[in-house]
Amino acid sequence: MVTTSATEKLLRIEDLKLHFNITQGVVQAVDGVDFELDNNSSVVILGESGCGKSSLAKAILRLLPRNAGTYSGKVWFGGQDVMQLDDEAFRRNVRWVGMSMVPQAALNSLNPVVRIGEQVAEPVMVHHGLKKDEAWGMARRMFQHVGVPDDFLIRYPFELSGGMRQRSALAMALVTLPNLIILDEPTSALDLLTQANIFNVLKRLKDEFGISYILITHDIATSSELAQNVAVMYAGQMVEISDAKRFFTKPLHPYSQKLMASVPRLHGNDELEFITGTPPSLLNPPTGCRFKDRCPSRFDKCDEDPPLFIRDGIKVRCWLYEENA
Amino acid sequence: MKQLLNSLKEIRKYPAAIFGLMIVSALVIFAIVVVITIPYQEAINMWRGGESIYGRNPRNVPPKWVNWFREEELPESFELIEGDEGVTSEVKTTEGGTNIKTLTFEFDYNYAAFPQDIVFYFRSNFDEKEPFVSMTWVTPDEREIRLGNFGTGPTLTFPVSQDDQLKKKLDDLAANVGLFKDPESEVDEVVQGTYQVNIEAITFEPDSEINVEMVLLGQVHGWAGTDHLRRDLTLPIMWGAPIALTFGLLAALGTSITTMTFAAIGAWYGGVVDGLIQRITEINLVLPFLSILIMVGTFYSRSIWTILGVTIALSIFTGGIKQYRAIFMQVKESTYIEAAQAYGAKDGRIIFRYLIPRIIPLLIPGLISAVPAFVFLEASLALLGIGDPVLPTWGKTINDAYQNAALYRGWYYWILEPAVLLMITGLGFAMLGFSLDRIFNPRLRGL
Amino acid sequence: MTEEPKILAEVRVEGQQHIGENVLDVQDLKVWFELRRFGFARTGFVHAVDGVTFQLKRGEAIAIVGESGCGKSSLMKTILGLNEITDGDIYYNDMHLNEMDKKTLRWYRSTQIGYVQQDPYGALPPFMTVRRILEEPLVVAGFNDKDKRLEQIRQVMKEVRLIPVDDYLNKFPHQISGGQQQRVVIARALIQAPEIIVADEPVSMLDASVRVEVLKLMRALQENYNISFIYITHDLSTVRYFSEYIFVMYAGRFAEKAKQHDLLTNPKHPYTYALLTATSEPEYENSLGFKEVPPGEPPSLVKPPKGCRFHPRCKYAIAGVCDSEVPPDFHVEEGHEVACWLYDERYEEPDFSE
Repeated sequence: MVTTSATEKLLRIEDLKLHFNITQGVVQAVDGVDFELDNNSSVVILGESGCGKSSLAKAILRLLPRNAGTYSGKVWFGGQDVMQLDDEAFRRNVRWVGMSMVPQAALNSLNPVVRIGEQVAEPVMVHHGLKKDEAWGMARRMFQHVGVPDDFLIRYPFELSGGMRQRSALAMALVTLPNLIILDEPTSALDLLTQANIFNVLKRLKDEFGISYILITHDIATSSELAQNVAVMYAGQMVEISDAKRFFTKPLHPYSQKLMASVPRLHGNDELEFITGTPPSLLNPPTGCRFKDRCPSRFDKCDEDPPLFIRDGIKVRCWLYEENA
Repeated sequence: MKQLLNSLKEIRKYPAAIFGLMIVSALVIFAIVVVITIPYQEAINMWRGGESIYGRNPRNVPPKWVNWFREEELPESFELIEGDEGVTSEVKTTEGGTNIKTLTFEFDYNYAAFPQDIVFYFRSNFDEKEPFVSMTWVTPDEREIRLGNFGTGPTLTFPVSQDDQLKKKLDDLAANVGLFKDPESEVDEVVQGTYQVNIEAITFEPDSEINVEMVLLGQVHGWAGTDHLRRDLTLPIMWGAPIALTFGLLAALGTSITTMTFAAIGAWYGGVVDGLIQRITEINLVLPFLSILIMVGTFYSRSIWTILGVTIALSIFTGGIKQYRAIFMQVKESTYIEAAQAYGAKDGRIIFRYLIPRIIPLLIPGLISAVPAFVFLEASLALLGIGDPVLPTWGKTINDAYQNAALYRGWYYWILEPAVLLMITGLGFAMLGFSLDRIFNPRLRGL
Repeated sequence: MTEEPKILAEVRVEGQQHIGENVLDVQDLKVWFELRRFGFARTGFVHAVDGVTFQLKRGEAIAIVGESGCGKSSLMKTILGLNEITDGDIYYNDMHLNEMDKKTLRWYRSTQIGYVQQDPYGALPPFMTVRRILEEPLVVAGFNDKDKRLEQIRQVMKEVRLIPVDDYLNKFPHQISGGQQQRVVIARALIQAPEIIVADEPVSMLDASVRVEVLKLMRALQENYNISFIYITHDLSTVRYFSEYIFVMYAGRFAEKAKQHDLLTNPKHPYTYALLTATSEPEYENSLGFKEVPPGEPPSLVKPPKGCRFHPRCKYAIAGVCDSEVPPDFHVEEGHEVACWLYDERYEEPDFSE
């Protein structure tokens, strides 16, 4: 846990950029992202594959791959500009102390040759300097919170089911009691009931420990389980940042609207819509609004880059919402 | 496959690969050029040697280009025949049909080292009476030495160094030394200058003719030197390339493809078939490869095709099978294989059209890396004396050199030339193979 | 029983003549896999499918819903002819699958039933072009005329909207998007002009906006060609768009079978109810409360629980009944059956609104 002030926002990101160098050029995965997160609140980042949302998680936690190019912007965590810290200071004071991550396909991110109890205990040993027994005790407590029985601590990952492994990864992210946990597609490979269970756990942890979440997913339906705020990402940029209540009933950006219309529902009689075309490549993002080629409401102004407009507290990157429009 | 070509473009990134590729391409082009310019049968004939082909070469001499590194150059061979510059001839006819031909061979000799030999070739035609010659040697310091008088017969070859009488005349020194040595000095020093050989050839019949040719055998020859049979070493050096490459490639290709096929069959069918293949492999791994080859070579045949066949046969069921099998076990669980079963594809089709093509990218670096192993194998067999006796190969050359104690006698070039070429071949393929491995393998981790 | 392979047009015509007939009849199917330890010691069986009965009519789409490990994959593979039947019967148009000889079985697999898999990229051989991928099933089925094959390929590509066709014919799988890859997989199943297509989680690996497209496509194929579909999924929310019947599977058995609308609005089995509540709709209210989830995990199929397989997790379980006797199928209403003791006249039906 990092001490945070009650008035300051927990996380504030300004113009965050992360570009990768590949043989064909530069992938502008995260291209100028701004958003904020309060204490003990949760935001879900919605987007389809290739929109850059996983890269955003890596950018926030500074888990940069070797071919990372531009990495710039401001990240205030608990009132401190963590971009100014060098890598070692970041590792010691921020990563897994203030914020941690449950990566995508956590099933594969567990070390297969180490018992899960040890894996979960390791972060506290490293970051808080706890001795082995104390760390093991912490691990046991965390397992209780996430709902894994004690006797599983000495097992190896392959002995556990998918849901159990995901819960172990969650325990590992939780064990240092961070202020913020970033969850990257936490339930994508899991069954329905297990998924519901995990979300129950996440909600309970939020209530008990006051943790904030950044949930990254493409599954709009399940995202509503945890979202207090919604940020929609498209082609490396945020196109709508809103609160959950208003977003799920009446999203503003045309892309958000189409996304909501494409979610299958259990009940109701409406037809499903789909979005024609494909998202633009992050290698050479087009000028102007990046959604213009697929947008039904396109008009001439769309050839210019739209900034983030604010309409009733909702941020929309769309010329339709220009003041005096 | 277009996919392969795309991957090959990545070679650009690895300098080692480019270097290896250059070497390999150079070797391949060289081999092709050699095969075109000197066809196989011709090469075999040339290699068989014999006086007719190689008589005019010096024996065991290094290549010409060693002179570039020496202060005092070694003599190069040359030939003189009537009509050449420096050769004068006069024919006097007497009554009774006798012709006296006076030939003078004049040449400059400014080397510090002695020639290997001087050989005179006489060719004449006559009915009954053979011509008679009388030869005199004139040194630059105007000493005259009588070389000999004798009848020639239809053909006669007269190497001066072999003549014992001449030797005795020259203080017991072989004529190629004695004729050139400075009599005053105590060390063997060459008298440099213009030499002359005067030959008086008498023919006794009006139609009888005689031709004389002089060959001075130097101490260097050709681009590669010569061996103990006077054979120009450029032949085995050049021809060694296509033979080595062919053997290496065929062996590598043959083993890779069959190994992969057996691995696929075993992995796909599992059960008894797989078990059988694995057990055969394990037994084969224990067999002494080289010993068997030696036995086959000694008792059966040393033909290179036999050796190639046995090599391939023994190399199929090796560790490679286990490696490929492991990969096939993984690939056969692929979704698209399941789909193929669902639409009713037969086993054979699945193995050869769906499984194996997946693995071919992996095969290629293995294949390239295996080539030098087989090239060295062929050379080693030749060195051990069970190489193909007929073919001019690098291994055979080293073998000849070894048998003639080349290193003891200072004939380093004889061993070094084929050895260096073998090393370059190995190096080129190995560098290319390792780089290809790095390019193709990461791809397969996504299996 | 080998006929000339059909082309799509023929299927359309033929299908219309037989609507309403059973194309697939599964009776008390059991598929057990042997467990061996140390290569030879038999330590038991995995009861992957343990007593499944249903019928599939021509032109009908049914959804089999269940979580991982419930046996739906094994069931589907048995129907495809890839697994052996341990006990019970599968009739395809009055032909018994077990009694088919090798040739007939190959005919069945290559021309009568098609398979759409979950992972679109893995389902396509990466070293073949789209054209070759689509050509393979035709070659296997015995279509020897090269031109006719190309024609069939073109027609099928138009059906799945991979147009302009020439743009896609020579592309490799990695050159097209996930949605397009899945359409190639569907095209590959369709090109056999089958009577049944089995689709195993066909959209779960696709993006949200693309899922809809693919589901709509399959619906169109079903309607145009009267192809029967078996749609296997764990995502209940998509079922509404694509199937007439839903069968809920748990631990190798069907817990409930009903018409789509009935199941979604009026679920009877406690497990079905749990699944429905666990499915989220995109509503803000979800974040305010907790979902009720039955405790525990799906049982091992090696030693399944006695009696009703769901009883250890069921809060309505009746001791002495649910844990000892296997519940039969109770007929609740027209086309709606539940395998739950609570629907026996002796016991009380559960009230889920509590």
